[in-house]
Amino acid sequence: MTTDVLGASIKRVEDPRFITGKGRYLDDIKLPGMTYMSILRSPYAHANIRSIDTAAARAMPGVVTVLTGADVPYNPLPMAWPAGGSSGVQNNVNTPRALATDDVKWTGEGVAAVIAETPEQAVDALDAIVVDWEPLPTVVDAEKAVQPGAPQLHENAPNNVVFEWTVGDKAGTDAAVEAAEVVVRQRIVNQRLIPNPMEVRGDIGLYNPGTEEYTVWMSSQTPHIQRLLLTAFVTGIPEHKVRCISPDVGGAFGTKIFCYADMALVMLASKLIGGRPVKWVETRRESYGSTIHGRDHITYLEIAGSRDGVISGLRVKTYANLGGRLSTIGPGIPTTLYGRVLAGCYKIPNVYCEVTGVYTNTTFVDAYRGAGRPEATYVVERAMDLFADEIGMDPAEIRRKNFLTPDQFPYDNPSGLGTAVNGEKIYIDSGNYEPALDQALATVGYDGMDRAKAEARSRGKYLGVGLSTYIEVCGVAPSKWIGAVGEGWGAAMWESANLKVHLTGKVILTMGTQPQGQGHETTFSQIIASELGLAMDDIIVQHSDTQGTPFGYGSYGSRTATVGGTAAVLVAGKIREKARRYAAHMLEAAVDDIEVEGNEYRVKGSPDQKKTLQEIAFALDLGFSLPAGMEPYLDETVYHDTPNCTWPFGTHVAVVEIDEETGVVDLKRYVAVDDVGKKINPMIVDGQLHGGIVQGVGQALWEGAVYDDDGQLLSGTMLDYALPRASWLPPLELGETITPSPVNPLGVKGVGEAGAIASTAAVANAVIDALSPFGIRHLDMPLTAPKIWDAIHGKEARS
Amino acid sequence: MIPAAFAYARPTSLADALEQLAPSGAGASGGGVKVLSGGQSLIPLLRLRLASADKLVDIGGLSELRNIRELPDGGLGIGATVTYREVLDSALATARAPLLALAISGIGDVQVRNRGTLGGSIAHADPASDLPAIALALDATLAVRSGNGERTVAAADFFQGAFATALGEGELLTEIRIPAQPAGTGMAYRRLEQRASGYSIVGVAAVVARSGGSVTRARVAITGVGDVAYRAAGVESALVGSAGDADAIAAAAAHAVDGVTVASDIHAGAEYRAEMARVHTRRAIEAALAAGD
Repeated sequence: MTTDVLGASIKRVEDPRFITGKGRYLDDIKLPGMTYMSILRSPYAHANIRSIDTAAARAMPGVVTVLTGADVPYNPLPMAWPAGGSSGVQNNVNTPRALATDDVKWTGEGVAAVIAETPEQAVDALDAIVVDWEPLPTVVDAEKAVQPGAPQLHENAPNNVVFEWTVGDKAGTDAAVEAAEVVVRQRIVNQRLIPNPMEVRGDIGLYNPGTEEYTVWMSSQTPHIQRLLLTAFVTGIPEHKVRCISPDVGGAFGTKIFCYADMALVMLASKLIGGRPVKWVETRRESYGSTIHGRDHITYLEIAGSRDGVISGLRVKTYANLGGRLSTIGPGIPTTLYGRVLAGCYKIPNVYCEVTGVYTNTTFVDAYRGAGRPEATYVVERAMDLFADEIGMDPAEIRRKNFLTPDQFPYDNPSGLGTAVNGEKIYIDSGNYEPALDQALATVGYDGMDRAKAEARSRGKYLGVGLSTYIEVCGVAPSKWIGAVGEGWGAAMWESANLKVHLTGKVILTMGTQPQGQGHETTFSQIIASELGLAMDDIIVQHSDTQGTPFGYGSYGSRTATVGGTAAVLVAGKIREKARRYAAHMLEAAVDDIEVEGNEYRVKGSPDQKKTLQEIAFALDLGFSLPAGMEPYLDETVYHDTPNCTWPFGTHVAVVEIDEETGVVDLKRYVAVDDVGKKINPMIVDGQLHGGIVQGVGQALWEGAVYDDDGQLLSGTMLDYALPRASWLPPLELGETITPSPVNPLGVKGVGEAGAIASTAAVANAVIDALSPFGIRHLDMPLTAPKIWDAIHGKEARS
Repeated sequence: MIPAAFAYARPTSLADALEQLAPSGAGASGGGVKVLSGGQSLIPLLRLRLASADKLVDIGGLSELRNIRELPDGGLGIGATVTYREVLDSALATARAPLLALAISGIGDVQVRNRGTLGGSIAHADPASDLPAIALALDATLAVRSGNGERTVAAADFFQGAFATALGEGELLTEIRIPAQPAGTGMAYRRLEQRASGYSIVGVAAVVARSGGSVTRARVAITGVGDVAYRAAGVESALVGSAGDADAIAAAAAHAVDGVTVASDIHAGAEYRAEMARVHTRRAIEAALAAGD
């Protein structure tokens, strides 16, 4: 009856409240007796704190209390994912404290907090805090920071090195590079980005002096994990004494995965002031300096192969800038999620990657949409173009020539996630890359691009076309693999779902995942409606509160549909099976004789003998008549661990036109053919792709965090940090191939990050292609008009 | 993003506003009185605490400043609190000075254009905003009132530096007066947008007339390049008397930054900015001549 609900572009059930201003975000929460916290941020990128005088601030109107690092009895924030996990790689760990005590390592690190009766009074009192600073030399560039003589940030990190991590076969790759007919080398920079969720971060802490329990509201992707980290690792407060709640979250892009100092501070502050609630909401400017940044790699790549375009080796050295101290899983991003997927969708027999994690006097860096995989895709996709250019081969042809082919799956990438650790390995389980490439090339009219280039030249423009044939790893990961290698959170990565069918027939699905605007309530309702034959209106999806939802690891890494969605399918199956057994009881039939269609449970061969799920739920809830051994009530919970990651892939093609006189890039067309498996709601999938693509285009063309040598963030507001605007973009032309994931019953693979992973390289390759008549084979992003103009200025274009 | 505390007054008459702004007035303390118009520049600066004020005098309630009128001499008068949107919607304004619509339609976004005022932008004198170039190219005169009465200041004398104008203490910009343009005048605006802020890296306003095969009059004003918008005298003098053909335009545009100290920042270095001034000057003149023919 409603089986077609799965796969339908149903309008999002969340949107009426979101688009009419009725969402309930962190800052919408008003509690009686609320106080407001504001944090004094370091104006220096590197300095010792000689003293902090808060006396004048304490005397300011409305100030309830002022905290400094000396008032905070907590541990530093946790390091949940050191490079190499449990493999023994040395990590020289320094994480932030709730408030800095002795020194600061970047502009924006918190050094004191004012709690006041109003937000205005809290901000005003910050100006009255006197800090005696001893400024220290700074370094902001990761490659410079590891050089001898560079300013040193931490005693336990000589040369500012956080870790040295490698993956792959060094000897084999060295030999392959040595023996190759052609080797192309290039230094490339994947610039630092500032994530910009529409809703900034914030928290409210509420201590109950009677029960000694805490409630923490947080704009977070991971309330269950934050409870664990804040209690067991930071505060020492017992885990069961803390409740974490994420209300509606207005975007995150990874920034809200992590454990932040402010979370611990609002808890402490509420306790110290006798249990009044303490709210903190960052300003946008504060967000730019104190919430995590993304990317920031300097990479030396070498790609080796034959004159006929067979790639034999990829050797990569990367300096990953992790900031002044480490964010929660900062080291995991440029290692596991980068080095292990560097080979992309290609059968490259020899891959070796060295990553040096580096401290600099900059904001900490962690997972930002795509998290390591955009950086890896950028490396291998630029490398393929560089190699193709060197040997005079078409970029589409070299990709086709080196693709993994369908008969090669499951593929045990020698440098990839399949690398055996303690006997556990995971592998690329499926894929079929050529059809996506073919479709994308046909859509864009690839064969006609030479004519289009000539036509553009006649108008003083340079047209370029760029490809990105990407693969990503999503739905990370089987817990047994995590357990073997100690990566990820260093903990399991399963998901949970609880489903209750109430007496009235209304259904509540409770998830351990955490939406941030992706439409989970719609998607999960579609799954349950399809599985149980219910109307969408009869289902509500709850989430986001550690009290009342089963433990879940939260939403990031494109894992919610694959892992959480599977939990939803399975829990519906458990409900269906219990309903079937009870239907047999009600209908006085054998369980094996009950067949289910939609919401009807019928006796085979006697179609009039039937009960609806609602009738079954009613009777089971009353419990007047129960078969032996059956509990009343339809209430089931599933904890699901995935057997493997998922492997979305696709081909993106960008067409750009460059104005020679100004260097301005006009993105003319954007074609994306993605294979994200089956789609629960194609409209939501398209929306995820749209957003991701645009974020990636933003990196290619406009976005970039800029520090001066003193560690001041010059791109410190939206006046200086260029986010993409709709009017700068062409309509996005989306195509699809569908290769269902074999590891979950929905056949889904995850789509949250695909666009951002693929699009940066496609646009960058298009720009470089457009500039090839000038002999340019690489420019670093963002490919702004002045940068392009500088590169071509005074040069004559080849015809 | 919370500004420091300030007093706030919303006068309902011009006389009351001038009283509030008077140096001896209630809010006087070291120049801490600021005029609030549409708030599209001042409020963000206050919120970022890059600006502060002891008192804001909100002139948004002064209905006498919110009209667009035809002046007795045939010119156009735009009250200081007229919004961008109201100019775009005004048949009188867009017919008399097409440059206004050409330039204003690219300012900010819908909300900014609904709230922001021409007078506010001119009085703020941001070196990257478009209005100063427009005022210069249209030979605008700015009416200024204080307790001592009205005086008028030519746009060329009004803009004195970055965020610095001829407005004295206690003075309020009340009207922008744009003279009637000669028949056959063409206008164009060309700008290169700073992608983050939406302000102009370079903005060029061209108001030109051609008659009998030669350029008879040229006003070329440039914003974003230096610390103040300016009339490009070298461009204008090279252009006037020429045929206004492609070579003449290019030759004239080459003088776009003559004598100007060109700014450099993270969005555009000086060499690039200077070249963009020349390119956009050329393009603006080409378009203006085409529009006038």
